Amino acid sequence: MIEFKDVGLVYPNGTVGLKNINATIKDGEFVVIVGLSGAGKSTFIRSINRLVTPTSGVLSIDNENILGYKGSDLRKLRTKIGMIFQNYNLVKRTNVLKNVLAGRLGHTGTLRSILNLYQKEDISLAYESLQRVNIGEKIYNRADELSGGQQQRVSIARVLTQQPKYILADEPVASLDPPTSHQVMTYLKKINKEDKITTIVNLHFIDMAMEYADRIIGMRAGEIVFDGPASEVTEKTFEEIYGRSIREDDLRGGANKS
Amino acid sequence: MTKQSRQEMTEKTPSIYPVKTKLQITIIFFIVIGFYLFSMFWTQREMVGGFGNALGNMYVVIEKFFPPNLEVIPKVWGEMAQTIQMAIIATTLAAILTVPLALLSAQNITTFKPLYLITRTFLNILRTIPDLVLAVIFVGLFGVGLLPGILALFIFSLGILAKLISETIESVDMNPLEAMRASGGNVFQVIYFGLVPQVLPQFTSFVLYVFEINIRASVVLGLVGAGGIGLVLDQQLGFYNYPNAMAIIILIFIVVIVIEFISNKLREALI
Ligand SMILES: Nc1ncnc2c1ncn2[C@@H]1O[C@H](COP(=O)(O)OP(=O)(O)OP(=O)(O)O)[C@@H](O)[C@H]1O
Ligand SMILES: [Mg+2]
Repeated sequence: MIEFKDVGLVYPNGTVGLKNINATIKDGEFVVIVGLSGAGKSTFIRSINRLVTPTSGVLSIDNENILGYKGSDLRKLRTKIGMIFQNYNLVKRTNVLKNVLAGRLGHTGTLRSILNLYQKEDISLAYESLQRVNIGEKIYNRADELSGGQQQRVSIARVLTQQPKYILADEPVASLDPPTSHQVMTYLKKINKEDKITTIVNLHFIDMAMEYADRIIGMRAGEIVFDGPASEVTEKTFEEIYGRSIREDDLRGGANKS
Repeated sequence: MTKQSRQEMTEKTPSIYPVKTKLQITIIFFIVIGFYLFSMFWTQREMVGGFGNALGNMYVVIEKFFPPNLEVIPKVWGEMAQTIQMAIIATTLAAILTVPLALLSAQNITTFKPLYLITRTFLNILRTIPDLVLAVIFVGLFGVGLLPGILALFIFSLGILAKLISETIESVDMNPLEAMRASGGNVFQVIYFGLVPQVLPQFTSFVLYVFEINIRASVVLGLVGAGGIGLVLDQQLGFYNYPNAMAIIILIFIVVIVIEFISNKLREALI
C-alpha cells in the first residue's frame, strides 16, 4: 500500500513539483495518472522510489515512511519497486539477456554481480520474463538492434526479473506508435492481473487511460484535481483536469488490440 | 514579388556575423600577421647567418651520419626492449589509476562538487608539467636508469588519459544508469553495468593511443638519462659516433612505425 499524506515537493530552483498530495493506492490496483505536460506526473511517480525526494508530508509504503530512507534502506525499497521509462533506458551496447539480468542487481551482492556470477535461477528467471513478453528469441542481440516496441518489452522483462511488488511506468508508450502502444499497455495490464503487482502508469492519452486504468488520478499544477474509478470518467472529467477542451493529440487512437 | 521589393530584401539581408565580430576578427588577423612578420625578422637576425648557411650545414651533418653502421643494431636490442617495456609498464599503471581519477573528475558521476573540483584541478596541474621536466626531476631524484623514465611517463600519461576518459564518461547516456539506480543497484553495480559497457571501447582505444605516444616519448626521455634506447643514442652522439647513432635512429623509426601500425589496426577494430 502506498500512502501520500499532505506530500509536497519544491525543487531546489523553487519550482513547485507537488502540492498537498493525498492519495492511497491499494495493493493490486492499476492506476493511471493523467495531466498536461508539467502537471507533476513524473514528480509524483518518482517520489515513490525516491528518485526525487518530497520536501514535506509523509509518504508511506507498506506502512513505513520512506522519506528519511538512505543507503541500504533506500536500495531495499527500490528493489521492490520496478520502473519503466519512456526511453526504455537499456544499455545499448549490451545484449538483451544481460540487460534483463540487471533487474537482479538489487538482489545480488556487488562482487557476485561484477564477476557475472548470477545464480542459475536468476538467469532462468530472466529468460522466462523475456518469453512472457514474447521476445525470448532475441536474447543475444544488442539492445540497440531492436525496435522501440521490442526495447520497451525488454525493459518490461527487466522489471519482471526484479520481481517487484510495485511497478511504476513513466510515459511508457510516448515514443511508440499506436499498435505498439496498445501491445505494451496490454502486457502491463496482464502482469498487473497475473502477478498482482500494483501498477502506476503516467499517460497523457485520454483514450488509453480510460481503456486500461482501474482508477484515474488527474493532476494539474502539482495538485490532484481528480481521483476516481475509470468507469466514472467521461470526456468532461478530462476537460476539467486539463482545464481546456479535448484535442485530437490527446488521443492515441488505434484501439484495435494486437 | 516585384523587382523593387526583392532589391529591398537584399539590402536588408543581415550578414551572418555582426559588424562588431567582423571588426574584431579583422583586427586579430592583422595582429597575428604582424606577429609573424616580426618574429620572422627577429629569428633571422638571431640565427647565425640565417637560412643561407643551414643548407650547407645540413649537407655536412648528413654526410657524417652516412653510411649508418647497422652492425650496432644487435647490440642495442636490449635497450630497445627496455624502452618498450618502459612504455608498457607506464601505460598499464596509468590505465589502472585513470579509472578512479576519471570517475572522480566526471561531473555526471561525481555529483559532490568539491571532490570533482579537487580532482579536476589536480589533473589540470598534472597535465601542465612537460614530460621532459618530469624526467629531469626524477633522474635527479633516483639517478640515471629506467625507474625515473617509467615514473615520468606514468604521470605524463595519467594526465592525458584521465582527462580524455573523464570527458568520455561525461558524454555517456545516463538513462540506463538511472534505471539501475531505480532497481536498487549500488554505486559500484550502477557504474559497472551502466557505465563501463558504454566507455570500454573508447577506453581501450585511448590507452593504445597513449601507449603509442609513450613509445616515442620514452626515446626522448632517454636522452636526459631516463634509460632505454634514448640513453644509448645520447651516448653515441656524445662520442661523435654518428654512423652508430644513425643506425639506432633507423631502428627506432622502424619500431615506432610497426607499433603504431599494430595499435592503429587494434583501435580500428574496436570502434
Ligand atoms: N529536476 C527538476 N528541477 C527543477 N524543476 C523541475 C525538475 N523536474 C521537474 N521540474 C518541474 O516540476 C514541474 C513538474 O514536472 P514533471 O516532470 O513532474 O511534469 P510531468 O507531468 O511529468 O510533465 P511531462 O508530461 O512533460 O513529463 C514542472 O514545472 C517542471 O518544470
Ligand atoms: Mg514526465
